[in-house]
Amino acid sequence: MKEMISGADALIRSLICEGVDLVFGYPGGSIIPVYDRLYDYQDSLKHVLVRHEQGATHAAQGYARVTGRPGVVIVTSGPAATNVITGIGDALMDSTPMVVITGQVATPFLGFDAFQETDVVGITQPLSKWSYQIRRPQDIAWAVARAFYIASTGRPGPVVLDFTKDAQTGMVEFGDYKKCDFIRSYTPRPEINDDDVRRVADMINNSDRPMILSGHGVMISQAEADLAAVAEKGDIPVAATLLGLSTMPSDHPLYKGMLGMHGNIGPNINTNKADLLVAIGMRFDDRVTGNVKTYAPQAKIVHIDIDESEFDKNIATTATIHGDAGEVLRKLLPLIEPRKRTEWLARFDKPAQIEYEKVIKREVYPESGPMTMGEVVNKVSEATGHKAVVVTDVGQNQMFAARYSRYSEPRSIITSGGLGTMGFGLPASIGAKMGAPERTVCFFTGDGGLQMTMQELGTILEYNTDIKIILLNNNFLGNVRQWQALFFNDRFSQTPLINPDFVMIAKAYGFGAENVDTREQLDGAIRRMLEHDGTYLINVNIDETDMIFPMTPAGSDVNNIMLNATETYPID
Amino acid sequence: MDEQLFTVTVFSENQVGLLNQISIIFTRRCLNIESLSVSPSSIKGIHKFTITCFSNRPMMERVVKQIEKRIDVLKSFLYTDDEIVYQEVALYKVPTPQLLDDKNVELIIRRHNARILEITREYVVLEKTGHSDETEALFEELRKYDIRQFVRSGRVAVTKDTHEYLNMYLDEQERRKARQCQSL
Repeated sequence: MKEMISGADALIRSLICEGVDLVFGYPGGSIIPVYDRLYDYQDSLKHVLVRHEQGATHAAQGYARVTGRPGVVIVTSGPAATNVITGIGDALMDSTPMVVITGQVATPFLGFDAFQETDVVGITQPLSKWSYQIRRPQDIAWAVARAFYIASTGRPGPVVLDFTKDAQTGMVEFGDYKKCDFIRSYTPRPEINDDDVRRVADMINNSDRPMILSGHGVMISQAEADLAAVAEKGDIPVAATLLGLSTMPSDHPLYKGMLGMHGNIGPNINTNKADLLVAIGMRFDDRVTGNVKTYAPQAKIVHIDIDESEFDKNIATTATIHGDAGEVLRKLLPLIEPRKRTEWLARFDKPAQIEYEKVIKREVYPESGPMTMGEVVNKVSEATGHKAVVVTDVGQNQMFAARYSRYSEPRSIITSGGLGTMGFGLPASIGAKMGAPERTVCFFTGDGGLQMTMQELGTILEYNTDIKIILLNNNFLGNVRQWQALFFNDRFSQTPLINPDFVMIAKAYGFGAENVDTREQLDGAIRRMLEHDGTYLINVNIDETDMIFPMTPAGSDVNNIMLNATETYPID
Repeated sequence: MDEQLFTVTVFSENQVGLLNQISIIFTRRCLNIESLSVSPSSIKGIHKFTITCFSNRPMMERVVKQIEKRIDVLKSFLYTDDEIVYQEVALYKVPTPQLLDDKNVELIIRRHNARILEITREYVVLEKTGHSDETEALFEELRKYDIRQFVRSGRVAVTKDTHEYLNMYLDEQERRKARQCQSL
């Protein structure tokens, strides 16, 4: 049956038809008709009112990353639309499905610099997977269907719908909603070339020293079990990118650690020892490769990805398989010859041991001196049974949280990898908790990043969200300070911070909170935080000199690894 | 790496904003578009962009992949000059008095195979089609007649290949659609 409804109504019904039950947003002049209709749909479509539009996008990202479903954002035009840009850019870099709906002035005003008009489509084209302006109510259902299809299929990403006010108020016939499942110019699930699969299987079978690089694509494709099956059959070590963490449990014997600038020594050093790198759903980011000219020159490189444009973009490949990670791994599995690679696997032992002696012991198990970020992360991870969703901000807190959390379940890390957006964490943890209410959400942050989006504490208060906030507070912009200490002669330009009393701030919102000034207080504080019913903040006093190691300096060779400020890992 | 002139062709659906989506891919990589022409293609509803750009092959291959990644782009191809038949058109507006009484005018027009489109008391409009070095050569010769306006179109090109890859792509998409309908 068809009926005449307003465009605003059509938008909401289309969202419900797409299975959306939660949106993050903020009202304003050019989107009021939608908010007016939303008033009648409160039972079927929950709206989370954030405190700043950027927060809506990061919350939607957090939601999308734990659930695998697109996060949805509704905001108004003009400044609201420009405020969501950071989140859209972040979601594009980190392949996060998101549908952002921005209000827009009525079509007759377009191009006249009307109040709160911005060229949203123009601004978002380079930052989104698809960006479209809805100018007529009869285009709404089509555009929403297309938006969800594009955002959630292939390599996921953000989609923007710029919704003019007259399209919201105009009337339209709303019939049976038709989901989009085909776009001629877009092939989200490419057919896998079996010859490519056979060729790669041969390369793996003939390799003595293969290593799998597991990225976010494995998680997006829900291919964790397929990854483990291939790795186990071929006895192949697996390393993860930052966003690929938790694609293999941390305690799996074949899991050898994180790649990249602050990754584990074993996988980084053995990148330049392996005879074959099998990269799955990752993009050879410069934080992983270091200097591309000296990156694995001895190795054949296989790249498996759903996004063809990643092939040979940063690193020249020997072979590629274009397709969904899980599908490719399932095709590879029967072709992999069972084989023991004991000798090769043993080559990860010595670097791991040196890393333990030179870095981990000092960082995670200090016996005296000030508290370290690593020991805090480790204790939180242990206290949660390594089952929490770890959300991080950006900087030292991020790298410590990524390195020293252990992961037992997939989709356990939510972090801003590609864009490195400070302020990402707090709103992202709200979305993560709403997407996975049954899981504990631990948010590791620094005093800098927390203050970039701290207004979202109001959102936590309003929706009674339960977030465990671990503030690693060194009263510094720590990561920049680290670079200044290591490479800029201790000239701490604009990195010290004069901070407020964070515990008082948390308490002002009604949250549990306490200061952790000494090591003796740490265990109790973590216990109280996890036992507390609701949000709880621990403000951990960290010495500003604590630095994240190992470290491969930016642009340096992947096997040039600093163990501390003065010592480098010996390359044999 | 060796820089040379590449011709990129792009076939897209007829959607608003495609030109911007394509051009920013060049801008972001500091690539200067030498010429650009957009027109309907031989297939209804599909638009064809012809873009020329000086760069090296790896860079241009990346650019083409980024262009194809845009949702409403059907296909994009990369060519060097030997793989295509290409042409440009140039118009020259020259003051009439300067041309009168000059014995060389006939010779120039003949030699360059140019055409006269309009003659008024004040000016003459000449047209020449050819490669850019040819239209440039005529420009050089007409320079002494005090050219008032000169304009050259973007390159248009068709491939020398006997395979029509766009049609093959469209057929493939039809099959994909049929397969998808079957599997539902």
